[in-house]
Amino acid sequence: MKHIKTLTGANLSKSAAKGGCGECQTSCQSACKTSCTVANQQCEKQ
Amino acid sequence: MIHKFSQGNIYIVIDTNSGAVHMVDALTYDVLDYYPEETREKTVAILKDKYSSLEILECMDEIDSLINNNLLYSQENYLEHEAFKNRTTVVKALCLHIAHDCNIRCKYCFASQGNFQGERSLMTSDVGKKAIDFLLLNSGNRTNLEVDFFGGEPLMNFNVIKEIIDYSKEKEKAYNKNIRFTITTNGVALNNTMMEYINENMFNVVLSIDGRKEINDFMRYTVNGEGTYDLIVPKLKEMASLRNHENYYVRGTFTRYNLDFAQDVLHLADLGFKHISVEPVVATDENDYAIKEEDLPKIFQQYEYLAEEYIKRKNSDKNFNFFHFMIDLNQGPCVIKRLLGCGAGAEYLAVTPDGELYPCHQFVGDKKFSLGDIHQKTLNTSIYESFSNAHVYNKEACNNCWAKFYCSGGCHANAYNFNQNINIPYKVGCEMEKKRIECALIIQAKLLQEE
Repeated sequence: MKHIKTLTGANLSKSAAKGGCGECQTSCQSACKTSCTVANQQCEKQ
Repeated sequence: MIHKFSQGNIYIVIDTNSGAVHMVDALTYDVLDYYPEETREKTVAILKDKYSSLEILECMDEIDSLINNNLLYSQENYLEHEAFKNRTTVVKALCLHIAHDCNIRCKYCFASQGNFQGERSLMTSDVGKKAIDFLLLNSGNRTNLEVDFFGGEPLMNFNVIKEIIDYSKEKEKAYNKNIRFTITTNGVALNNTMMEYINENMFNVVLSIDGRKEINDFMRYTVNGEGTYDLIVPKLKEMASLRNHENYYVRGTFTRYNLDFAQDVLHLADLGFKHISVEPVVATDENDYAIKEEDLPKIFQQYEYLAEEYIKRKNSDKNFNFFHFMIDLNQGPCVIKRLLGCGAGAEYLAVTPDGELYPCHQFVGDKKFSLGDIHQKTLNTSIYESFSNAHVYNKEACNNCWAKFYCSGGCHANAYNFNQNINIPYKVGCEMEKKRIECALIIQAKLLQEE
């Protein structure tokens, strides 16, 4: 496309298909401890 | 729902429901103000003085293509998705309050300077082991579990930490679990023996320091009122170096007294720390250091400035990782995780030295949030359920927010402190979170541009 560059596609919809295993790190364990920012986390199943 | 924003010459459009992120030109950015709500003819009529009709039409074709491929203005129905409906909430993380005591007296401490407004006390190894049993028994099918040593200051009770870890390593095998340990410490009591033990046994370490000396020492001082900066910097540097600059964070808090907090982040980076998180203080209005709505423009400017510096330093030896700028555009956590939020009061519980259970460290001491205790192995189900259900679909403000799948509904403690309701997020917190997400995306876009 000339005017639009898609940096990432429908990753949320795709993730729903294989998601919900619950193995990822709980947010507060990583660093935040007050501002829950789940999107900064990582998936265990990369 | 879409959200568009720009910084400098970068224009970004997010499609909330699919998670798609697009970098667009100025033309598309303007066209989206009108199309597709307005007709093609009307859009062209409005913009024809600024752009050629041909370009505008071309742009609208591209927008249509995205819409047809469910990458713009897409719908979602994750609430009805099997993985969401059939989710089982199990306890998979514990925050162990190893000490309701502290060797320093930070002004802004959420724990009332260590004792949570109660008696100063230390957790016994018996309570610690029972907490591990509780976690193993209530974790369902989860393999990866987390235990965070917290407080107060956990290093004040180091021997109990070691006993708990030894016990966990022995018991986890029988349950086929993998427990990962983290410790959060002010660093004051760190010695070589402790550092060695922590590095051999802890997956992650959170080291508290606010930034510049004068900023840190204003809030974080000893019982005698002396600043802690000079004491902790060498220890924290040693710790980070021993861990090969991986799997740790230096963690600072900014307040109304250092709204120019980008300087503190950069100061920590200049000290050589590679993994940095600096976050706004959680405090209600009567505290002079609390952040107010009128501070937001300055805070926004600081996040933008920090993002620019972050990019400038990226390919140099002064590069650093800033927690809130981390974002994996290709994957990141799945949408189910994003819907559920931080998990406090559901997947994640705090344990006091006496073994009492609370939704998280922020709620400890407030009896109406007590979930029970590990001695009886029972949970207050109504509180547990209300926290399990405090996800974005049950929060009106979140339902209409573009950031809902990035933020996941915010911090329950902030919501309760400011709105007395865990389903009503704290507005100032929301504004800062949205700004951080935008900055994180701008950084990704700029780095991709440079490639």
